[in-house]
Amino acid sequence: MESLEQIRDRLLARFPGATITLVPNPGPAAEHTISLDNAHAFEIARFLRDDPALQLDYCSNVTGIDWPEKEIVETKKVSVADPAGGPAKVVEEKTKRIEPGRLEAVYHLYSMALRHGPVIIRLRTGNRSDQVTVPSLTPVWRSCDFQEREIFDLFGIVFEGHPNLRRLLMWGDFKDHPMRKDYVEPDDYEWEPTPHAEVLERAQAHYPSVTPGVSAPAQVEAKP
Amino acid sequence: MSTPAPTAAPQPFPAAGNISDADRENLRRNGVLLTSLEELYNWGRSNSIWPLQFGLACCAIEMIAAATARFDIARFGAEIFRPSPRQADLMIVSGTVTKKMIPQVVRLWNQMPEPKYCIAMGACAISGGPFKQGYNVLKGVDRFIPVDIYIPGCPPRPEALLNGLMQLQKKIRGEHLTGPDAAKHTRADAPSEYAVPTCGAHDIEPTHNPAVWTPPVPLGRLGKG
Repeated sequence: MESLEQIRDRLLARFPGATITLVPNPGPAAEHTISLDNAHAFEIARFLRDDPALQLDYCSNVTGIDWPEKEIVETKKVSVADPAGGPAKVVEEKTKRIEPGRLEAVYHLYSMALRHGPVIIRLRTGNRSDQVTVPSLTPVWRSCDFQEREIFDLFGIVFEGHPNLRRLLMWGDFKDHPMRKDYVEPDDYEWEPTPHAEVLERAQAHYPSVTPGVSAPAQVEAKP
Repeated sequence: MSTPAPTAAPQPFPAAGNISDADRENLRRNGVLLTSLEELYNWGRSNSIWPLQFGLACCAIEMIAAATARFDIARFGAEIFRPSPRQADLMIVSGTVTKKMIPQVVRLWNQMPEPKYCIAMGACAISGGPFKQGYNVLKGVDRFIPVDIYIPGCPPRPEALLNGLMQLQKKIRGEHLTGPDAAKHTRADAPSEYAVPTCGAHDIEPTHNPAVWTPPVPLGRLGKG
């Protein structure tokens, strides 16, 4: 199979207006990915499936990623001239910038016909609140159906063009997206010995302090 | 209900009167079978417990194994797994009960006719088990329906299920039809149906049935200001 750079260059030649970026993975797995823009993603996906050299006819896995908003501190060395006329001093200047949060859908593509892969593509949403729509690739790969529904359920990405976009695991009236990093799960378990200090503190915290004279379960019940 | 007076020692078949087991055995050897309606009734019921045919997770595989020839739940008369709650006596909650599933489980329980019994099979049905701190798992089926027998294990082996069934048989044989400590199904004031929770925007509502279950207070928290 051709390299990811070759695929990207071929895609850029085929789709001149598209924004296609290579996302390198510096880890030992070296699973580099291609990020596609939402306007061209559907056409590019169809091209990846139908291109005779690639024939990526099998989408084995679709997964979601939540990237919360994070603050990045960049340190830059700046030389400052001494007003007294001495030699210039080198000062570290720190700049903070906020990287906006986003959601991602990651597709792992293989070719059954040519026995190669994976080619991994990413679709990104604009933010985590109101621009959460990406094109659905279920019309291209039928196997994306349930997995996109699961991502819709647990991450809240809306797949435009999906034939049956409903929640898959949670019930229909459920409002949250449990796999998001800022999801607060219901604190409905009682205290029990556990090695997880964080869990222990939370479970202990939702019991009121017990005053003598009133039965303890009644107090627990009376908690608003 | 008035609380029953404490008895000195539990009798196996108290309605049989004052005749001891040895005397009854002696009579039986001479061709006289002495019994009571209550004893006969409980004997019949305890040997034909029909479970409801449904499984929720991996514990159900062990439940199926208990029905196979190797373990043979038919030895206890409980091999007739009924596909309808109307025909079932026993609900074996075999596996993880998710919050999405609990309204259906309570509804099935309500549809079962009295006398009915419930076995919580495995760690998940008892307390949520390894998934206790998950957002989608009910932390024990006894938060919504009354459980008669708890079978620990993850999953319990078929022998453990059979042992639980034998415990249930023992419980049924000890039940009374009349008197202050009559069985639940003979009393008109005892509840037979329980509130079905609804799936809300963030969690099931309510999170437990206060008539059935109250949160335990941890040891060491009592008396602290």
